[in-house]
Amino acid sequence: MQVLAEAKKSGATAAEAGVNISQGLSVTVRLGEVETVEHTRDKGMGVTVYFGQRTGSASTTDFSEQALRETVRAACTIAKYTAEDDCAGLADPERLAKAIPDLDLHHPWNPGMEQAIELARAAESAARGLDTRIANSEGGSLSMHEGLEVYGNTHGFLGAVAATRHSLSVSVIAQDDSGMQRDHWYTVARDAGLLESPQTVGLQAARRSLRRLRSRKLSTRECPILYEAPIATSLLSHFVSAVRGSSLYRQASFLLDSLGKPIFADFVRIHEQPHLKGAQGSAAFDSEGVATQPRDLIRDGILQGYVLDSYSARKLKMQTTGNAGGVHNLTIDPGQDDLAALMKRMHTGLLVTELIGFGVNTITGDYSRGAAGFWVENGEIQYPVEEITIAGNLKDMFRRIAAVGSDVDTRGNIRSGSILIESMTVAGS
Amino acid sequence: MSEGMLTLARQSLLEPAGLGESDLTRLMGQLMSGRVDYGDLYFQYSRHESWSLEEGKVKSGSHSIEQGVGVRAVAGEKTGFAYSDEILLPALLEAAGAARAIVQQGAQARVPAAFRDAQGRASAAGGRMPGATGEAGRQLYRPDDPLASLPDDAKVKLLERVEKEARAQDPRVKQVMASLASEHEVVLVVRSDGVIAGDVRPLVRLNVTVIVEQNGRRESGSHGGGGRLAYDYFNQEDRALSYAREAVRQALVNLEAVETPAGTMTVVLGPGWPGILLHEAIGHGLEGDFNRKGTSAFAGRVGERVASEQCTVVDDGTIPGRRGSLNVDDEGTTTQKTVLIENGILKGYMQDTLNARLMGVAPTGNGRRESYAHLPMPRMTNTYMLPGKFDPKEIIASVDKGLYAVNFGGGQVDITSGKFVFSASEAYLIENGKITRPVKGATLIGNGPDVLTRVSMVGSDLQLDPGVGTCGKEGQSVPVGVGQPTLRIDGLTVGGTQS
Repeated sequence: MQVLAEAKKSGATAAEAGVNISQGLSVTVRLGEVETVEHTRDKGMGVTVYFGQRTGSASTTDFSEQALRETVRAACTIAKYTAEDDCAGLADPERLAKAIPDLDLHHPWNPGMEQAIELARAAESAARGLDTRIANSEGGSLSMHEGLEVYGNTHGFLGAVAATRHSLSVSVIAQDDSGMQRDHWYTVARDAGLLESPQTVGLQAARRSLRRLRSRKLSTRECPILYEAPIATSLLSHFVSAVRGSSLYRQASFLLDSLGKPIFADFVRIHEQPHLKGAQGSAAFDSEGVATQPRDLIRDGILQGYVLDSYSARKLKMQTTGNAGGVHNLTIDPGQDDLAALMKRMHTGLLVTELIGFGVNTITGDYSRGAAGFWVENGEIQYPVEEITIAGNLKDMFRRIAAVGSDVDTRGNIRSGSILIESMTVAGS
Repeated sequence: MSEGMLTLARQSLLEPAGLGESDLTRLMGQLMSGRVDYGDLYFQYSRHESWSLEEGKVKSGSHSIEQGVGVRAVAGEKTGFAYSDEILLPALLEAAGAARAIVQQGAQARVPAAFRDAQGRASAAGGRMPGATGEAGRQLYRPDDPLASLPDDAKVKLLERVEKEARAQDPRVKQVMASLASEHEVVLVVRSDGVIAGDVRPLVRLNVTVIVEQNGRRESGSHGGGGRLAYDYFNQEDRALSYAREAVRQALVNLEAVETPAGTMTVVLGPGWPGILLHEAIGHGLEGDFNRKGTSAFAGRVGERVASEQCTVVDDGTIPGRRGSLNVDDEGTTTQKTVLIENGILKGYMQDTLNARLMGVAPTGNGRRESYAHLPMPRMTNTYMLPGKFDPKEIIASVDKGLYAVNFGGGQVDITSGKFVFSASEAYLIENGKITRPVKGATLIGNGPDVLTRVSMVGSDLQLDPGVGTCGKEGQSVPVGVGQPTLRIDGLTVGGTQS
C-alpha cells in the first residue's frame, strides 16, 4: 500500500485508504429498438490521514504516481487546519476482521452486447404484448456490473472484496381515456443465473402499470395502511436513520436514549445478517475494516443496539457495531400472511404501492409523504388511488405495526414483507 | 461564450495530455465511422473540496479530483456511450470504438477537418469565419478557481464565526452544523459538426443546520446559499452570519408548531425557494426527452392552456453568478432564457441536441450531465415565474382559511401521471386573512398539468432561491435554481395529520 506509506512519510501518525475499480455494460431497448448502450469503467482512490487527533481526506480518479502523491498531500494539508478531535482515528485493532469468508458475491457475466440487447428486448416485449393499453414504454434495461474494492489501514489491515451485480428492469406506460400511468419492475442478483426471467419482469411491470389506470383521489380520513413489501423497506430505513450513531450524538433523532425500550410492536424482530451468501448487503467487514456480526437490533419490539461506526461509538462511549458504511441485510422477521391475507386482515383500508417525496423528519419522527395505491374493502381491492398523502409520527407507526407479511422482498439491503399499520391520516379531497 | 473560456479549457484539458487538433480529428474519425449521425467528446476536469463543522469544531475536510472524457455516438434514436478516466489518446480511441459499436458498419460519416467555436470562429488560429454571428464574450461568472479564493485557515474561521453567530441567537440552540464546499470545473466539448466549446465553472455553497431544544422537544432549521462565485460572497453583506440567524429563526418557529390540518385547502406559497413547485409540477414534465417519447403528462400540449393567465414561467441559464447558470451547456450550446409558459399558454419544452433534432426544433441550451461518466439529457437551469400585480400582503389578506408555506425541503414528480409533491419545512395557518399559528412541516401533493390553472393571485415580489438547489434525474445530480413571487393556489392537498 504505497499510499499508506506515502502518508506515513508525510508525517501522518495513522492513515487508511480505499481503492475501487469497476466496469460494466448497460443497454436499454425502447419500443423494440436499442436506445442506449453504455460502457462503464470507473476507478477511484480515497485516503484519510490522521495527525494525532486531526483528520484530512482526499480522493482522486487518477492513479498516476504523481496524482496519488498529490492526493496524499492534499489530505495532509487539510489535516493542518482541522481541529483536534478526541474521537478521531482508525478502528480499534482488535475489532478488525481477522478472517474474510467468501460470501459468494462474485459472479462475472458477459453475455455480449447482442445477447444483452436480446434479453432487454424480450423483457420489454413481454410487457408490451400483455395488453393493448400498454401504449408506450420507457424501455427495458439490462445492466452488468463487476467491481473490486480494497481497503487498508496502518494497523496492518488489508481486505479486498470482488463483487458483481446484474439487473434487468422494465418500465412501461398504460393508457386509456382516463390518462397515463407508469410503473416498473426489476430483478437484481449477484449471479445472473438467479435473475427473474425477462418474461416475468415484463409481465409484472405491465400488470403494475395497468392496475393503476383510472386512479381516483380519496377523501381525507383515518384508516389502516398496508405498505406493499417493496416500499415497506423504507420504514426500516427511517428506523436505521434514527438509530445511526451520527444522528444520536448530534441529538438529531426521535429515538435518543431508547436502548432497552419498546420501539416497535411487541412481536417485531429486526436483525442484521451480514454473512448471507450472495445477498445484496453481505460484507465480512465494514468500511473501516471492522468485522461484521449477525445481531438483533430489535427483539420483542425492544431496541437492542444502535448502528455505529468507530467515531460515533467513541462519541457515545460505546463500541462500534461494524456499521461504518451502513447496515448489512437488515431483516424484519416475516409473519405467516401473504399480501392477500394481510388485505383480508386489514378488511378496510389503504394498500400503498408507491411513495414519493422526502417528508420524513428524523429529529421529530414526523412523517408525511405522497402516496398511490389501492382502496381495499372487505379485504378486496376496490379501485386504484393517487394524489393523496399519508401522515403520522414514526414513533407511533412503529408501535402500531399490526402484522408483517411473508412476501419478503430480498432485492435490496433491507428485507421486509408487506407491513400493516393500524392507523394513519390520509389527506385527499 | 468568451474565447477566454475556450482557451482556458484547451490549456487545462488538451495540452497536459499532449492532444492537438489532428488527434481530435483522428478521434472523431474513429467515432464517426459507421452510420453515426452525431458524435461528441466531453473533456472534464473538476476539483472539489468541503469543510464541515459540528460541536464547535471543524472536524473534517476533504478534497477530490475527477477527470475524464465521455464519448458519445448517436444514430437516429440510438446512443452509444463510453468514457475513460485517462485523458490519453489510446484510451480515448478505445472508448470511441466502444461507443460507435451500437451502429452497424456502413458508409463513412463526415468528419470535420477543423473545429470552430460556438460562434463559428475557427478555434485554432482564431481566424473568424465569414458570416459568423454569436454572442461574443459572454462571461456569466469568473473563470477563477474558487477553492483558491480564500486561504484554508480563513475557511475554517468562517465556519467558526457562523457557529458562534447561531449560538449567540438563543440559549435553546443545542447543535450547530455548518459546511462550506466549492467546486472548480473545466469542460471542453468537441462535436462532430465541428463545434468546439469550453467553459470554466466555479461553484460555492455554505449551509447551516441548527437543532434547538425546549422542554424536551427538539426541532431543526436550515439555511444556506451560494452560486457560481468565489468564497468572498459569504463575507459580503453579512451573508454567512445571516444564514446562521435564519436557520435559528426557522428552528425556533418549529418549536411552537402545532399539528397541520389534512385535506384540500387554499395554499399561499411564499416567494423564492417555494418555486420548487414550478420545478416539480411543470419543469420536469416540460423536459424534451419525456415529450419526444410521449411519456409526459404535458406531451403534445404546446399551445394549450396549462396555467392561469397570470402565469409566465421561464427557464433561464443566463443569470450571472446563479447556481443553475452556464455559459454553454454540456453539449456546447449557448444557454438562453426559454419561455415555457406565457400568460398561461404552454410555449415549448427544454431541449438538448438529441431530442431537439428528433423533434425538429432548436436546442435550448438545456443539455446537461453530472460528469463525463454520464450521458447528457434535457435538464433545467434556473426555473422561475415572472412577477404579477398583487401585493403579497393583499394575497394573504384574501384568504379566509388556508396554509401559508414559506420554506421547503425536497420534492418529487411522476411525470407520466403528473402527480408531484414538495415538503414544507416552515408553514403557518391563515385564518380570516391573518397569519396565525405555525404548523408542522407537511407534504403538499398536486397534479402538474392543472395546479397552475388554480393560481388565482401572483405577487409582485419575485425572488430567486438563495442558491443551494440540486436536482436528481435518472441518477444524475446537477445544480439548479428556482424562484417565484408569492402565489395563491385555490385548492392543493396538504398532508397534515389533523383530519
